[in-house]
Amino acid sequence: MNREIYLLRTGVANLASVEAAFERLGARVRIGSDPDEARAAQALVLPGVGRFGVAMNALRETGLDSVLKDRLESRRPLLAICLGLQLLGQSSAESPRARGLGAFDLSARPFPAGVRSPQLGWNRMEAGEGCRLLRSGWVAYANGFRFERRPVGWSAAWSDHGGRFIAALERGPQLACQFHPELSGALGADLLERWLQRALGPAGALAGGTAC
Amino acid sequence: MLALRVVPCLDVRAGRVVKGVRFEGLRDMGDPVELALAYEGQGADELVVLDISASLESRGPDTETVARLRAALSIPVTVGGGVTDVDAARRLLEAGADKVAVNSAALARPQLVADLARAFGGQCTVVSIDAFRTGSGYRVAGRSATERTERSVLDWARDVEQLGAGEILATSIDRDGTRSGYDLELLRALSDTVSLPIIASGGVDGYPDLIAGARAGASAVLAASMFHEGEGTVDGAKLALAAAGIVVRSSRASGVTP
Repeated sequence: MNREIYLLRTGVANLASVEAAFERLGARVRIGSDPDEARAAQALVLPGVGRFGVAMNALRETGLDSVLKDRLESRRPLLAICLGLQLLGQSSAESPRARGLGAFDLSARPFPAGVRSPQLGWNRMEAGEGCRLLRSGWVAYANGFRFERRPVGWSAAWSDHGGRFIAALERGPQLACQFHPELSGALGADLLERWLQRALGPAGALAGGTAC
Repeated sequence: MLALRVVPCLDVRAGRVVKGVRFEGLRDMGDPVELALAYEGQGADELVVLDISASLESRGPDTETVARLRAALSIPVTVGGGVTDVDAARRLLEAGADKVAVNSAALARPQLVADLARAFGGQCTVVSIDAFRTGSGYRVAGRSATERTERSVLDWARDVEQLGAGEILATSIDRDGTRSGYDLELLRALSDTVSLPIIASGGVDGYPDLIAGARAGASAVLAASMFHEGEGTVDGAKLALAAAGIVVRSSRASGVTP
């Protein structure tokens, strides 16, 4: 098995942590923002720090938005991290005028008053029904916005910070984490390994895979 | 529920971890990557790496050490020291920092905080505040605590929250290196003033100080000497915190159960 991922450079994310985490797993990491290469990649990673609107603009300018939309629709392997998860939704209160990739009809909203925001550090994640890749445990967050509902067709893991929110979503070889698996110690490394095997294994290689 | 973070701090100079009392009389404490890996193994939730000489010597940040740490560590790393503009911050983030802390340069030009938050997001933008106590409240120190200003700590904290910062690293320079415990009044005042998470820093002697810091409103408790000198360990700290009823992340090493 050729353990290679294509890590999208969106111009607003720092990639070093993600790159290092996959390299520790013995994977080869290619970094770029070429739509054709991204389309051809078996295992694609959409990282994310920065702001929703800026990131969407960057995806649109490079034509990566349609590559990602197609991949989401065809259920090909994808890992989205932090802001990457939020970009899969419809919109975000962070950048009210920007439109997301629209894989599901959710809008990211800020944490309520009364809890520290942004949420920085480790929180418990509880994997819900149907999760194959996600397992319960402590994960590392750095976010000011989050989704509060599970979209249809995805299995969800949850955390609580002033109320329950989506810690991660999975659907076959597609995994989207609000937390940072690359910064979540051994639990994060195990999750990345399971996703890598799912993405590059026989089931992930079949375009489509199966919805969980 | 979000766990209290236990955060070892590495003060790095010329690629080595150093420690001094009140920013003076520095002693060599070892290799940053070796120490960092040991702390990660003990269950450290994050590392803060401060290139404490950067600002005084007016040179850029130490990206080489950051890159070495990044390759080895799978926990968040916050880096500060010598960050004077967006480009310097970008170099640190590209080298592998997850958050960048600014101090002197933000005091000189508060707009830097807004520029960083816009470029990288507030969750990457930490403002480090070196505070000292006066008869009329806390004031801010700059330039690695060598320069005392008239600026009010609480006003500055409010300003940086408005400008988009995501976290405050609050160091009491009265307490730093003295082992007399965090300045709890400072922590309480800050956590009442802003809704940002606050990292408590300066003055830790033992585990009870970490517990007191958490109870004073800190989201993270930072210590250096206690860990470097082997007088306390991260897993020991977490056991003590958990026994005091404070939520901490369990890890294989510490054996703390959630």
